[in-house]
Parts: sequence; structure tokens; C-alpha cells
Amino acid sequence: MIVDAGDTAWVLGAAALVLFMTPGLALFYGGMVRSKNVLAMMVQNLGAIAIVSVVWAIVAYSLAFGPDAGGGFIGTLRLAGLAHPNAQVPGYHLTVPPLAFAAFQMMFAVITAALLTGTGADRMRFGGFLVFAALWSIVVYAPIAHWVFSPEGWLFKRGVLDFAGGNVVEIDSGASALALAFVLGRRHGWPREVMAPHSLPLTVVGAGILWFGWFGFNAGSALASGHVAAQAFVSTQLAACTGLLGWILVERWRTGHATTLGAASGVVAGLVAITPACGYVNSMAALLIGFLGGVTGVLAVSAKFRFGYDDALDVVGVHGACGVVGTLLVGVLAMRGAGAHLLGEQALAVIVTIGWAFTLTYAVAWLVERSVGLRVPPQVEIEGLDTVVHAESAYDFGNVRATRMG
Amino acid sequence: MRLVTAIVKPFKLDDVKQALHELGVEGMTVSEVQGHGRQRGHTEVYRGAEYVVDFVPKVRIEVLVDDETAVQVVDAVTTAARTGQIGDGKIWTVPIDDVVRIRTGERGPDAL
Repeated sequence: MIVDAGDTAWVLGAAALVLFMTPGLALFYGGMVRSKNVLAMMVQNLGAIAIVSVVWAIVAYSLAFGPDAGGGFIGTLRLAGLAHPNAQVPGYHLTVPPLAFAAFQMMFAVITAALLTGTGADRMRFGGFLVFAALWSIVVYAPIAHWVFSPEGWLFKRGVLDFAGGNVVEIDSGASALALAFVLGRRHGWPREVMAPHSLPLTVVGAGILWFGWFGFNAGSALASGHVAAQAFVSTQLAACTGLLGWILVERWRTGHATTLGAASGVVAGLVAITPACGYVNSMAALLIGFLGGVTGVLAVSAKFRFGYDDALDVVGVHGACGVVGTLLVGVLAMRGAGAHLLGEQALAVIVTIGWAFTLTYAVAWLVERSVGLRVPPQVEIEGLDTVVHAESAYDFGNVRATRMG
Repeated sequence: MRLVTAIVKPFKLDDVKQALHELGVEGMTVSEVQGHGRQRGHTEVYRGAEYVVDFVPKVRIEVLVDDETAVQVVDAVTTAARTGQIGDGKIWTVPIDDVVRIRTGERGPDAL
């Protein structure tokens, strides 16, 4: 295989940008939880980076991108342990080293698992989450990545278009979040008690880092530097902006206020919606997709109150719902191949992704809850995870309350 | 000796402090508190979830003075903290049995 220097430089840089999204997510989510749980949220995100990267290298990468085991359902273990780093990735015609590709895809697996910390906010065990994230990456993420991303996957072969992970990352995490919310149950006091964000400035900084990293996520998914990467980059920026505008327009109309949290959430909703589409649509279509993503997000986050599931930080509403909208809009707005046939294939991908992710995540979460435990005891939840689970507090305003032991 | 306690709007703290200094009152204790009388709180909205915030930020000022000064302090704070709007706060005084200046051990009026 021929390795192109420019492509390699861009994909490696993009991989680092995507990694940076997860600490960004830690800030985005950390600001939204109550001050007694902010460190627990952040360390779960750091933990996701560590555990998923390890699992990815050992086995999950091969299950996702290894040679197909038959039927386009799962890869074999030929690439387990990142073996054969100089051989072309099955089905691809990459101009970057396979290890650069493996590293880039590793960061996708990391952030997809990390998104689930938003659903489990305020009540998920740290150790239980790490076990869950490891199993989930193997059982839920790797197969869906194989179906949709790998040229040997069955949905890819049917012609499903997912440029940067509308199915693999967004719908996958949204449907998994719903299952996780059911297994974990509601937070103590939800929805009656006030659970307002403790620091929206952290959330805004986090949204900014996600936005920045998303250029690597989307434009990097071209897996080369050139026209397609440039289109994906521009689509990403435009959709983030119209996502913001769509969200705050609707909330201004519904509640009378354009909020900071709404603006930050709208950015993410627009970015989610453009993810499957960014390299397949033109710039004006990207404006529309982002706007519809923002409008979908602000309407979808109300659903948890109507149906009574405690998806604490709205992973279902923002990633699930906006991911579905973006994936379906590819069938309508793609520059090549748009039409009833493509729309049907996109809808099929949405349905099977939701079905697989919801069912298998429910099973994995249930198993972890029954074995090592996935939810903290009530008294820990009431006192706060930071002091009880991690023996730290995020904000120390003086030394009156403590003396040095020993 | 009396303890004068005043709950006032936070932005009026400087005016009250100035008025007390003009009276010759040398010390005070200030704390940031939350509460409400007739003033209503406000509503906050986070992703569509509305919360009513009942308690309004206030500043609590406490001054220990002799009985005569207490009357002047109450008048001075009343003038300095008034805006005429709901939520201006309250002042009350209570008698104090004893006061000790920790540094010297002085007691009673000498310690003020």
C-alpha cells in the first residue's frame, strides 16, 4: 500500500482532536451536574478513555474492522492486539498507515462510551461503569461499527451512508442511553427535586472543546486530506451554528428565554445531526440539517419528563433523536444517490442500530448491576459521589472544615 | 448594649457601611445570606425544566453598640438601605448581657 504524507498527517491530527472531545465532554457534563457529583462525572470520562482504548487495542478494533467472519456481522480476531499493522485494512483503500486508522477509530469508540456517563449522572458506580464500558465496547459498539463503517459490513454493503458516525456513535449512544436509564432507574428525588446545573461556564467551555474536536471527528472521517475533508469541515461549522440558532429560537418561543445551556446544547445538537451527512451534502444542506437538529434537540429533551425515564443529561434527546434526524436527512439531501431507495436503507440502519444497541446494552447493564453493581447505594447518592466514592471535593473554599490526619 | 441586625439588599452594603462609619461605628460583621419576605423569587429554566428560586440573596449586617447609638444606627441603616421597592429588608435589635474583647479581656461597654 502507498502511504500519503498529507493524509497521514491529517488523520493523526484528527485522531488527537477526537481524543480531546472526551475531556471536553467531561467539562460539558461536569458543569451540568450538581456540585457534589462533578468529579465523579469527570473521572468517569477519563476512565472511559483508559478502559476503552485498552479494550480497543486488544480486541474491539479487530471485531469492528478485522476481516469479516461471515455475513457482514462481525470481524474476526485477525487484527486482535493491533496485529498486522502494515497490511491494508480489509475492504479499504487507505493512503494512511492502518495504525493511524486504528488510532482514529479508537477515539470514536472512546467518546461513544463516554457519552453514556451523561445518562448515569449522579448515581453510577465508577468501577461498575468501567466494567460496563469494556463489555459494551465489545458487544454493542464493535458490531455496529462493523456493520456500518467497515466496507465488509452488511449495512455498508446495502449502501447505507454514515460519514462520521450518525449511526455508529450518535444513534448507538442514544439508544444505549435509554436502556441504561431503564436499568439504573431514576435518581433519588427526580423529577421533583431541583437538579439544576452547578456551573454553566464549565458547560460552555466543554461545548467549545467538543465543537473544536468535532472538526477532527467529521473532516477526519474523510480519511484523507482534500476536497471531501474540506466539505465535511465546512458542513460541520455551518450545522453547529444553525443548531445553536434553532435551539434558542424554539426555547425563546416556548419559555420566553434564550438560555446559555440552550445555546451550548444547540451546538451539540447541530453537530450530531450533521455527523452522518457532513461529507455527503453541500453547504446549504448542512445549514438546514443543523437547524433541524437544533429544533429536534430542544423538543426531544422534554420527552423524559413525559415518559418518566431519567436520562439525566439528555443523551437520548440530543444524540439519539438528532442522530436519527441527520441519518434520515442523508437519504433526502445527499449530493449523490438521494431518493426513496437510500432513505429506506438509512431508515433500516436506524431501526437495527436502535434495536441492537437498546437490547444488548440493557443486557450488559443488567448483568453488571447484578454482578459488580452499577448503581451506588441511596445514602451515597444523597451525600454525593465525589466525597464518598472518590474522597475528594471539587471546590474547596477554605481550610476551616479540615485538619491533616496523622 | 444592643445587637443591631439588618438584612439589606446586597448592592446597598456600601451605602450602609458608609453611613455606619459616619456615625463612628468601628466594627461590623457581614454575611451573605438568602431569604425572602414579601419579595418574590425568580424562575430559572434549564433545558425546559423550570425551577422557582424562592430565596433571594441578601446581606446580613450585625453591629454591637451601646443603647443610645443603637437608635442612631437603626435610623442610619434605614435611610441608607431604602430604595422604596419591595425587598428592602428589615432591621431589629436585641439587648445584650455581656461582651468580651478577646485580646484584652475587657468586658461590657469597655469592650465595644
